[in-house]
Amino acid sequence: MTPHMLTRSLDRGATIFLLVVAALGVLIPLSNLLLPAGSFLQVQTYLVALWGKYVCYAILALAIDLIWGYCGILSLGHGAFFALGGYAMGMYLMRQIGTRGVYGNPILPDFMVFLNWQKLPWYWYGFDMFWFAALMVLFVPGLLAFCFGWLAFRSRVTGVYLSIITQAMTYALLLAFFRNDFGFGGNNGLTDFKDILGFNVQADGTRAALFALSCLALIIGFLICRAIVSSKLGKVLIAVRDAESRTRFLGYRVESYKLFVFTVSACMAGVAGALYVPQVGIINPSEFAPGNSIEAVIWVAVGGRGTLVGAALGAVVVNYAKTFFTSGVLAPYWLFMLGALFILVTLLLPKGIVGTFNAWWASSNEKRAAASVSAAAEDGVTEPKMAE
Amino acid sequence: MNVMDTRATSAMLYLDGVHVSFDGFHAINNLSLTLEPGEMRAIIGPNGAGKTTMMDIITGKTKPDEGTVLFDGVTDLTRLDETRIAELGIGRKFQKPTVFESQTVQDNLLLALNVDHSVRGTLFWRGSRAESERIDKVLETIRLTEARNRLAGSLSHGQKQWLEIGMLLAQDPKLLLVDEPVAGMTDVETHLTAELLKEINKTHTVMVVEHDMTFVRELGVKVTCLHEGTVLAEGTIDQVSSNERVIEVYLGR
Repeated sequence: MTPHMLTRSLDRGATIFLLVVAALGVLIPLSNLLLPAGSFLQVQTYLVALWGKYVCYAILALAIDLIWGYCGILSLGHGAFFALGGYAMGMYLMRQIGTRGVYGNPILPDFMVFLNWQKLPWYWYGFDMFWFAALMVLFVPGLLAFCFGWLAFRSRVTGVYLSIITQAMTYALLLAFFRNDFGFGGNNGLTDFKDILGFNVQADGTRAALFALSCLALIIGFLICRAIVSSKLGKVLIAVRDAESRTRFLGYRVESYKLFVFTVSACMAGVAGALYVPQVGIINPSEFAPGNSIEAVIWVAVGGRGTLVGAALGAVVVNYAKTFFTSGVLAPYWLFMLGALFILVTLLLPKGIVGTFNAWWASSNEKRAAASVSAAAEDGVTEPKMAE
Repeated sequence: MNVMDTRATSAMLYLDGVHVSFDGFHAINNLSLTLEPGEMRAIIGPNGAGKTTMMDIITGKTKPDEGTVLFDGVTDLTRLDETRIAELGIGRKFQKPTVFESQTVQDNLLLALNVDHSVRGTLFWRGSRAESERIDKVLETIRLTEARNRLAGSLSHGQKQWLEIGMLLAQDPKLLLVDEPVAGMTDVETHLTAELLKEINKTHTVMVVEHDMTFVRELGVKVTCLHEGTVLAEGTIDQVSSNERVIEVYLGR
């Protein structure tokens, strides 16, 4: 990113958002680690992990907003990229267990020993090295998105058809990952993690660091998205969203633009998944469930699509509500509430929370400007007299 | 004529024996037409005569079943897609004004400029003085300088039509296809649009599809009348409008 791209991408809303995330990323871990346990201001460890999860969801929401809010690509399968990033990280964490597993096999994870496998499948090679796993976190979702997008966008699959095939994609992966012989732990997925880079994943310090890293990833992801949408490429994306064939007649290769943002977005979703897994301690095929991807789209709709800040906010607000309601007597009704929320937002707040706020802010600014113009005009009446 | 060694024709646009049918309906039937460089041509014809389909063929939206479509004497347009054809230098204004409504007038023109249209080029784009001067000039030509920071969606119908013509100018194509530029315009706006197109024709080859006969008369250029996907008559507006077959077709006898 060049300096002019950075300055161009930081408007007031973006700056406030970044400052808030940075402050949370520093203060929450510090309060957890430095303040005495039980103190009023101390953030308990379980809360650090919970909020770390929300931050990962916020990154996923940003990724969805980039393609849906700005380019009109409604992916109902983005959970797949999130889960793939999560699995890549999970494979690294499995290899770190080593001889501490139930069967004590230094190479094979427990589930492979259980299945009587004699040697590590080739696609597990390299995942004992963190740098390799980190690369795969970006590469695997990115490659899948690139291949999928190359086929879909080149054949001009758009709108609801594209949404349906993204659902099919995540569902197909769900079924594949459920199978034991696929080599990713089947139904149970990957769990019982011990260390990450030599630090105990359960330790307070590690959790605090993971939370801070998630906030950092959110900041970086947000800056990348802002840089993209505030460049000329961002204008092209909006043009594609609003009038795709017109954009083609202007000489833009629409499929290349879609492929670019779709792949960037999938990589971001992968990073979100990779940070999510060590914080929740498990990754299993249910992360591929089509419902998860749809839920993520609802976060973006609630927060306000095409606003980036709104997407992140929507993810946090909806998930906070989910935690709140599913832990009480209302638990069985959560899905109804989520559905009602989506319907209400669509009917009453089609621009979402942040979009509605922005519209209100712009119109009140306009009124203020108009008021000052008319005030100036009144002054103008008196001025000539003074000149005389 | 010995310059023509590699070129099949000296024409800017050359259509010969073009056929298109949709589910058995012959939209274009043995259509042949040539447009010389620097020419402005008005295309008239009743509804369903194939005017818009012809533009779809030239811009790559529709592939003809048979026939030749040559651009600039060398390029076979039937093999190329919309983006490639736009890059070659054919710009199109649609029947229904199609501007990017949620973006400003200025940004609409910026998007239309014929500069680097690659993903990388637009991602790392930074404005240049030459670009903003060109935008200023186009804004002046289409009389929208005052409205440059307004959203295109908030413009009046006539202004949208001009903005779209302005986008064509920014694109600076060799050939402009203009589909019904004065539909829904007031008389004054229609007159101004005719002036604008004549101005544009000084440096560009133009093909205008229009129903409005006063407008076509004001352009004062060669007229081609289409009917049922084929050329019915060609000549000055007076010749064409006095042609018996044309009268028959228009009055539906």
